[in-house]
Amino acid sequence: MDTSAKNGVITRSDLPLRVINSTPETISRAQKKVRRSFRQIRTETVFRRTLTIMGLIMIILVLGILLTLIIQSLPSIKSLGLKYLWGKVWDPVQDIYGAWPFLLGTLLSSFLALIISIPFSLAVAIFLGEYYPKGWMPDFLKNAVELIAAVPSVIYGFWGLAVLVPIVRNLENHIGVEPVGVGIFSSSLILAIMIIPYAASLGRSMIQMVPSPLKEAAYGLGATRWEVIRSVVLPYTKSGLFAGILLSLGRALGETMAVTMVIGNTSLIPKNIFAPGNTMASVIANEFTEADKPVYLSALIELGLVLFLVTVVINLIGKKIIDRFTNE
Amino acid sequence: MKMNLLNLKNAFAIVALIASTGLVSCGGGGSTSGSDSTASASGNDDALIGAGSSFDNPLFSKQFSEYNKTSGLKVNYQSVGSGAGISQLTNKTVDFGASDAPMNGKQDSALTAPAIHIPVTAGAVVLSYNLPDVKDTLQLSPDVLAGIFLGTITKWNDPKIAATNKGVKLPSTGIVIAHRSDGSGTSNIFTTYLAKVSTDWNTKVGHGSSVNWPVGLGGKGNEGVAGLIKQTPGAIGYIELAYAIQNSMPYAKMQNKAGNFITPSIASVTAAANIQIPPDSKVSLTNTDAADGYPISGFSWVIIYKEQNYNNRPSDRATKLVKLISWMIHDGQQFSGALNYAPLSPAAVSVGDSILKSATFDGKPILQ
Repeated sequence: MDTSAKNGVITRSDLPLRVINSTPETISRAQKKVRRSFRQIRTETVFRRTLTIMGLIMIILVLGILLTLIIQSLPSIKSLGLKYLWGKVWDPVQDIYGAWPFLLGTLLSSFLALIISIPFSLAVAIFLGEYYPKGWMPDFLKNAVELIAAVPSVIYGFWGLAVLVPIVRNLENHIGVEPVGVGIFSSSLILAIMIIPYAASLGRSMIQMVPSPLKEAAYGLGATRWEVIRSVVLPYTKSGLFAGILLSLGRALGETMAVTMVIGNTSLIPKNIFAPGNTMASVIANEFTEADKPVYLSALIELGLVLFLVTVVINLIGKKIIDRFTNE
Repeated sequence: MKMNLLNLKNAFAIVALIASTGLVSCGGGGSTSGSDSTASASGNDDALIGAGSSFDNPLFSKQFSEYNKTSGLKVNYQSVGSGAGISQLTNKTVDFGASDAPMNGKQDSALTAPAIHIPVTAGAVVLSYNLPDVKDTLQLSPDVLAGIFLGTITKWNDPKIAATNKGVKLPSTGIVIAHRSDGSGTSNIFTTYLAKVSTDWNTKVGHGSSVNWPVGLGGKGNEGVAGLIKQTPGAIGYIELAYAIQNSMPYAKMQNKAGNFITPSIASVTAAANIQIPPDSKVSLTNTDAADGYPISGFSWVIIYKEQNYNNRPSDRATKLVKLISWMIHDGQQFSGALNYAPLSPAAVSVGDSILKSATFDGKPILQ
């Protein structure tokens, strides 16, 4: 890598560079210059390579997780087959494993949570992004919303069990379903609170990025604030808002601790949204440590594989929808 | 494939081990990789390593800290659950495992060398309930209990419940059942008992650390079940005796095999264990023959390899381990009562002694 200057020619391993004026000072100056530009090129290469390696590591990680899940769930796939997916009975004593109740519980609680959370996260995003982007009160609200994401999920679980569940039980008493309090509905409420920050933060920054000439033009045409939001801001940011919602759905699908504390943990198929149920993540967390038979353990890992695939499929569908929005 | 599964558990074990030893001790534990299991069991670190039952953890913590005062021996116990403890022993990453249930056939066959079970303490599972208007202690018969948990008895004022609770005004509230959602030794003792007293339960549900519950809500851990019971009027659920006492929760008297209604207590659990114990000590105390014994109780065992010379362990380490366990079943028992554990019955201690004497190093007995 060293450069040398001899007879008016500066050489570095491969490239010969001719220096026209070959007084010692100019040679050394040129030498320095060349060295510096080589160093810059080198830095550039190293940086690019680092980025590539980092990217590759991420891909290898995801593929590795997928591969591990597949290999470890082979015994259960072999002995249970595809029936595993729609089997309704989960009986570790007799080695009968069906993931359907948990698949249903996961999807039901997550989508319900999403439906509950969307109005709140949209409202927060519009409030912070459009109405009051600056000031102490919006700052406080912004931090509060972000704090929601920082609270450990076990805290939500305890809070849910102690505060939310009795309220839900009262509600159930009024509408005449079995008043147990815990169940899909309670876990959806907890999940809804937990996922608000994801959609709200992304939505807020998206809304702040709407070019002001667009909005000013709309105002110039006599639009009211509501009309500007409805026909300029929201259409402009819809792919970003949707990405935020997708992010929060991913969070809801994988949440374990808070859900397991308020969902009731039964392997029965939920009859309605107030009935107790269970999710895939919570079953894994509950039963993994005491899974004392190879097939049992493998069935739990297959549950993880199914959860992984469900998340992938939902993300792919989401990406398609975002693409359609942006191509319009 | 089995190896892969074990490796996975092994990896979990290592994570737990690193987490529990913390960053302070940079000894054998931290540098151990998943496949290299020898280092943690026989590393240069002096501490003995155990893993398993979370039920035993409070007692073990007390016993090990007391033993440390007299002998200077450090014991590092990870309360990861009985099943995980057994698989760590199978992988030889720990010196001893602790379990609330004896090893089953499949777990036994996964071992490369025979292991011995030494009973170290006994515990009970009690039925706690939430009936604010009932001041008397509920009395339950095995049939009624099985009926409730099978979902055939659904109201508190069911004549079958009233039959054993004469003079108690039972409400017409529906029964809400709370059970453990996580696999646990507590569930194992409870379902083993139900399977013994009810043929229906035995054929429909069976017994194990996780079963397919016909009805009810699941709570994670004792605290999860207790939370469900406390919150839901009309709830009944099973929790550990120690937990129920510490949290002053009401619990029912159970009718035992001799027909007596027994209040669960340390004394009645010890009494339940005062029966003929087989030489390998692998006995379930549920539905005990003892007339004054509480029927839903069980031993907790420490499990070690019979031949202690494996993975190039020094003989010194094996001696320390066996001496520790011997101390636990003798002098260590004095700490049981204060922590609401049932001290071992004399019968259990003498069986434990003879089992410990069968532990060998290079074929020679360790205890003389």
